[in-house]
Amino acid sequence: MSSNLGSMPLRYRVTIDREQCMECERCIENCSYGVFRRDGDRILINSRKCTACHRCLAYCPRDAIMLEEQPCDYRSHPVWTRAVRESIYNQARTGKIILAGMGSVANLPIIFDHLMLDACQVTTPPTDPLREPVELRTYLGKKPSKLEFRQKPNGDVELSTELTPNLMLETPIMLGHMSYGAISLNAHVAMARAARETGTYMGTGEGGLHPGLYPYQDRMIVQVASGRFGVNVDYLERGAAIELKLGQGAKPGIGGHLTGEKVSADVSRTRMIPQGSDAISPAPHHDIYGIEDLPQLVNSVKEATERKKPVFAKIAAVNNNAENVAAVARSGVDAIAIDGFRGGTGAAPRVFRDHVGIPIEVAISTADQELRNQGLRNEVSLIACGSIRESTDVVKAIALGADAVYIGTAALAAMGCRVCGNCYQGLCPWGIATQRQDLVDRLNPDVASKQIANLIHAWTLEITELMGAAGINSIESLRGNRDRLRGYMLDEGLLDILDVKSVGA
Amino acid sequence: MAKQVTIDAKGVHYTPLNQQIRKAIEDGADEIVVDNVLGQRFIGDGLRGNATIRVNGVAGGDLAMFMSGPTVIVSGNAEHAPGNTMDSGKVVIHGSAGDAVAHSMRGGKVFVRGDIGYRGGIHMKQYETQRPILVVGGSAQTFLGEYMAGGLLLVLGLDGVMKAREIGSGIHGGEIVIRGDVDEACLAAGAKKLPLTDEDRARIAPVIREFAADFGLDPEPLVNADYTRIVPASARPFAGKYTWE
Ligand code: SF4
Ligand code: SF4
Repeated sequence: MSSNLGSMPLRYRVTIDREQCMECERCIENCSYGVFRRDGDRILINSRKCTACHRCLAYCPRDAIMLEEQPCDYRSHPVWTRAVRESIYNQARTGKIILAGMGSVANLPIIFDHLMLDACQVTTPPTDPLREPVELRTYLGKKPSKLEFRQKPNGDVELSTELTPNLMLETPIMLGHMSYGAISLNAHVAMARAARETGTYMGTGEGGLHPGLYPYQDRMIVQVASGRFGVNVDYLERGAAIELKLGQGAKPGIGGHLTGEKVSADVSRTRMIPQGSDAISPAPHHDIYGIEDLPQLVNSVKEATERKKPVFAKIAAVNNNAENVAAVARSGVDAIAIDGFRGGTGAAPRVFRDHVGIPIEVAISTADQELRNQGLRNEVSLIACGSIRESTDVVKAIALGADAVYIGTAALAAMGCRVCGNCYQGLCPWGIATQRQDLVDRLNPDVASKQIANLIHAWTLEITELMGAAGINSIESLRGNRDRLRGYMLDEGLLDILDVKSVGA
Repeated sequence: MAKQVTIDAKGVHYTPLNQQIRKAIEDGADEIVVDNVLGQRFIGDGLRGNATIRVNGVAGGDLAMFMSGPTVIVSGNAEHAPGNTMDSGKVVIHGSAGDAVAHSMRGGKVFVRGDIGYRGGIHMKQYETQRPILVVGGSAQTFLGEYMAGGLLLVLGLDGVMKAREIGSGIHGGEIVIRGDVDEACLAAGAKKLPLTDEDRARIAPVIREFAADFGLDPEPLVNADYTRIVPASARPFAGKYTWE
């Protein structure tokens, strides 16, 4: 039974300037989606297959390729937009859930862009980071509420408060969790090297730890998700810290699954599941069916690793965020990562990615306020993630109460990702979100790690400058310092929730 | 000569108790008897090696979680999730156990003489030579073998009729074998019933014999009994659920 719907209009149109083209065929080699092919003496184009990954443009030696979003004149309608209509056609044809990649494309205002940072002028002079140190070193983990000392018989004083293990970061920027399976081994190696070079950490995601990453294990935060893929005592012991994944910003409230097609021999070894089988991560951890079960899981991981490592929990930002964060803080974890609704993903049902969750700005601010109100702020560190795009987002997130941030998409972009949103196809032409060896080989981990390290370094410099301008010389003094923020064109209700004053105030 | 160490758990919090057990193993003990256990959690959590730990009393939750190698024998009952995410080794429980027994277990054996709670064998999975085995002497509750991705889950129903429903919801690997007939209505979506073949029986017979030996039962009637075998209807239960943007 063929469909009544015909074909969907083109999304992108690719054209070649024939005057410029020298028929070198690099576009054919580079496009893993099969847009280009040779037919006799001509390069033919099938724009329908294009995902706007920009690989062909980047590698055409003659700048001969043009790529445009293809306008399409449906009857204009403010409610029944092109996206809405095309989703209906897709689902009327297939009867299935629509999967989408990367962060939300919903056209909602970005709060970060409506928060202005403050600077010093005459009454208080700024700090000059060129000659005065601006301290960015960050410790993640529990901090004692007070320090106690005892005097030794020889008169020396020593600390008697027992300190819990913390992670030490040279910059408040970490590389977020993306699993091996979702992204390639070369991408993982590149991030791990960059983490080492910049004195920070990276997350393994929920796919286990590939032996190729063992040399960097002191820089890895290993993740324990509901599917428990690749999790055994060896894995737990290798990580510098352990993160329990309870939720994800791109798909709050649901689990995930890596389709059998992507479970290659190497991915199967790392996840410890048979090759070609679906890897299903259910929505809840099956040993957490209520908040009282969370301390049980936290403590079981701590007992298994003899309480030598910090344990993090990652949750998605949702409306009762403050309550969730306070509950998680009381479970004994050392840090809580909160993932905002714009967080990226390899694949999520589109309805979740674009419609479920709350912005990270609100979530981090309400979490920090609630923890302070409950006297718990020193019990946990807060990590903000889900659409941290530039150094100012980092500074604003910290001023709203975060200790550090995780970056995901930004790190991928530093490796070449064009945010085309087609990761779920496993054909990433940049060698990032793929397991196809010829594509994986396109990503040189040495070069990519340098690019990520450059990005972190550049942001770190910008952060010190922004802090210096605000007269702040230590990240500790920026944390939760909402007085260094002002809301521009934000409504009173939102300003109140963020606990930020309006510009001019 | 086997070195035995006895630890008195009376009034001891689980962290120091686990430290004592770890220390005993490091010092070369091959058998550790832990007396007066009253609900201490995480016993044997993350332990490696091949020592035997005898738990006299009632074990708390997450017994032998992430364990890789040792044998744990519990004289009484165990709280929830014994064998949670276990790699290898063996857990023998003479009483009953709580919910989520053998959750995400990847290898080794968990034998429970009595009953288990809800979600037994949930998300058990196998990898190459690591094939987890959960045997329940009594009966299991609802959601048995949910999301099961590998291994063998055997329920002998020695003490009465099993009332579990929603058996094998989301199962995509492994097998659930239950003594007697199982009403079709008790199976969840994604699971299907098959008769036990002679090869299947030959495969599970050594497991039944080992179980019977551990609990002093006569294995022959159990080896020769009628069983229902429940397997995934598909190895890719969600393959048809999604389309691309
Ligand atoms: S890469 Fe550019 S120059 Fe080479 S064939 Fe394609 S369009 Fe022509
Ligand atoms: S990782 Fe690759 S497939 Fe995914 S958005 Fe970036 S370029 Fe596209």
